[in-house]
Amino acid sequence: MENHQERSDHRSQDLPQVLVIKPPPVLTLFEDKFISSKFQLLKAWESTLPLDQFLTNYAGSVRAVLCSGASPITADIIRLLPSLQLVITASAGVNHIDLTECRRLGIAVTNAAGVFSDDGADAAVGLLIDVLRKVSAADRYVRNGLWPVKGDYALGSKLGGKRVGVVGLGGFGSAVAKRLEAFGCTVLYNSRTQKPSVPYPFYSTVLELAADSDSLIICCGLTAETRHMINREVLLALGKQGVIVNIARGAIINEKEMVECLVRGEIGGAGLDVFENEPNVPEELFGLDNVVLSPHRVVFTPESFVAASELVVGNLEAFFSNKPLLSPVIYE
Amino acid sequence: MATKETDNQQQRSSQELPVVLVNRLPSFRLPSKPPFEDDLLSHFHLLDPHDSPEPYDSFLSRHASSIRALITVGTTPVTAEFLNLLPCLGLVVGTSAGLDHIDLPACRSRGIAVTNASSAFSEDVADCAVGLLIDVLRRISSADRFVRGRMWPAKKEYPLGFKLRGKRVGIVGLGSIGSEVATRLSAFDCSIAYSSRKKKPSVPFPFYANVGDLASNSDVLILCCALTEETTHIVNKDVMIALGKQGVIINVGRGYLIDEKELVQCLLRGEIGGAGLDVFENEPNVPKELLGLDNVVLSPHRAVMTPESFEALLQLTVANLKAFFSNKPLLSVVSNE
Repeated sequence: MENHQERSDHRSQDLPQVLVIKPPPVLTLFEDKFISSKFQLLKAWESTLPLDQFLTNYAGSVRAVLCSGASPITADIIRLLPSLQLVITASAGVNHIDLTECRRLGIAVTNAAGVFSDDGADAAVGLLIDVLRKVSAADRYVRNGLWPVKGDYALGSKLGGKRVGVVGLGGFGSAVAKRLEAFGCTVLYNSRTQKPSVPYPFYSTVLELAADSDSLIICCGLTAETRHMINREVLLALGKQGVIVNIARGAIINEKEMVECLVRGEIGGAGLDVFENEPNVPEELFGLDNVVLSPHRVVFTPESFVAASELVVGNLEAFFSNKPLLSPVIYE
Repeated sequence: MATKETDNQQQRSSQELPVVLVNRLPSFRLPSKPPFEDDLLSHFHLLDPHDSPEPYDSFLSRHASSIRALITVGTTPVTAEFLNLLPCLGLVVGTSAGLDHIDLPACRSRGIAVTNASSAFSEDVADCAVGLLIDVLRRISSADRFVRGRMWPAKKEYPLGFKLRGKRVGIVGLGSIGSEVATRLSAFDCSIAYSSRKKKPSVPFPFYANVGDLASNSDVLILCCALTEETTHIVNKDVMIALGKQGVIINVGRGYLIDEKELVQCLLRGEIGGAGLDVFENEPNVPKELLGLDNVVLSPHRAVMTPESFEALLQLTVANLKAFFSNKPLLSVVSNE
């Protein structure tokens, strides 16, 4: 009780503030983990003031901001935070942060990519198996009472021996590749640069990768270069039996063109955890049996969220103790 | 199978080619993929009683003395009574992953070798077992239903799934299928333990003689063993309680490995966490209670089936027959354990 009182006092007087514009999921789920002796939270969403006014009035000395996809850090926001030195996101993705502006102003950025890699890879492989072997479609078939009536469900396709193209061989991509090898798949990849220590064949363009692959798994970040990188040309190169799995960001794929290819049977199927305009999913996909849809959740587990929140707090405490950041985003 | 071709074969080379009986239930068919048919038909003289206008029994007794080998299609039974009609039989070629439809003791006592086909299917079954496990843990099919039901915009939140890494996986039956499952799940950083008829000395995973003990020390049970008298209902209520409220059962073996009535009750009462089921006691009937559960994934007995595994099956079938008729060692003989 006393401690709490002391902490409260500290909170209002001494502790540096971390701005939170809208609470990221990890904060909502694990707020108790964010009670620290090194910082306190400045909760912009609890104010009735419009955001820019709130920031002007209260955030002048804020050195760190905790953001999420729902509260992007744009150049405009940065301009209202003259003391900003650190942007932290609890997600793997950093596409909601203006990295160019941060780099220009010497603002450090940390993310949580590492803690989601294993779960993300599990999800990607799970989606791939589902599409290839029609797991969800067959489950639907049974639940609709069709097994006794219509007999055996259509065959799937073998996973082993498939050539799987991994787009982006960072933490996620490497974890996916390791799992696919255990199924007897041949792993190929495309990345910004070739990785010399990696045993898999490298393809310098996604188009070439698609042409030589049976499946594509999207594991890269969303940037100006990767936006709509997977377009009709790439999908046609993947081919009629081709399967695409996306656990990264919806906008990496030209969704309109992908939907057309699926509807016309120009590719074989898709496993999608992310979409261009979540939570909206193109209507046409609901009628397709060769597509598996997930509401941007399949990558997450409670354990990875706990780890993400611990990483966020760890980064904040390091920052405020002038120690090295735990998971800085390195500008290439 | 084209009758005309068979007749031509008979005329051309009935003296030359070894005779192989096709044993099938009328509704079953040998997969009729062209390469398979050609290979089989060019090396063997296939006799199929159901393709003949002659009554079944008379066809069989007329050819009995020349039948040294038979292919049994899918789960077409091979009973002791049936074997009595074929006094010259030396080989039964199984074409399904399981063997519970073949009277193995009856074959053994008559000196009839049996080959199985599990190696042709093991990878595909293992892929499906892992797929079902990821699906149950991470709620993939359930989430797909949620999205298709247009609920995402309305109900933004959807429950998180469970982590796979670090799960203790207990494999019941470490044969070819169980081994393939173990290889895959090791890549996901699961820890593997197993139960089997006998401990396998060359295997690095912890062995439990008793499935109940395996369940007590596991988060997941994957059933990959054959159905025998001993393994019928090997997963009973005690085993399921031992597995626990977060526990997940994956069954790609046979429905009767699990006490299905108890399984349904355990799922309804939350005594276990979830199940991925490819097989059921009374296929194609699935207990109605399961159809409404979100922590269950249902598969209409097709873990084993991809076109690619049929290829492998046919090659294995032909290879075993060739070996038999040239007195060479059989490729996938069932041993007398």
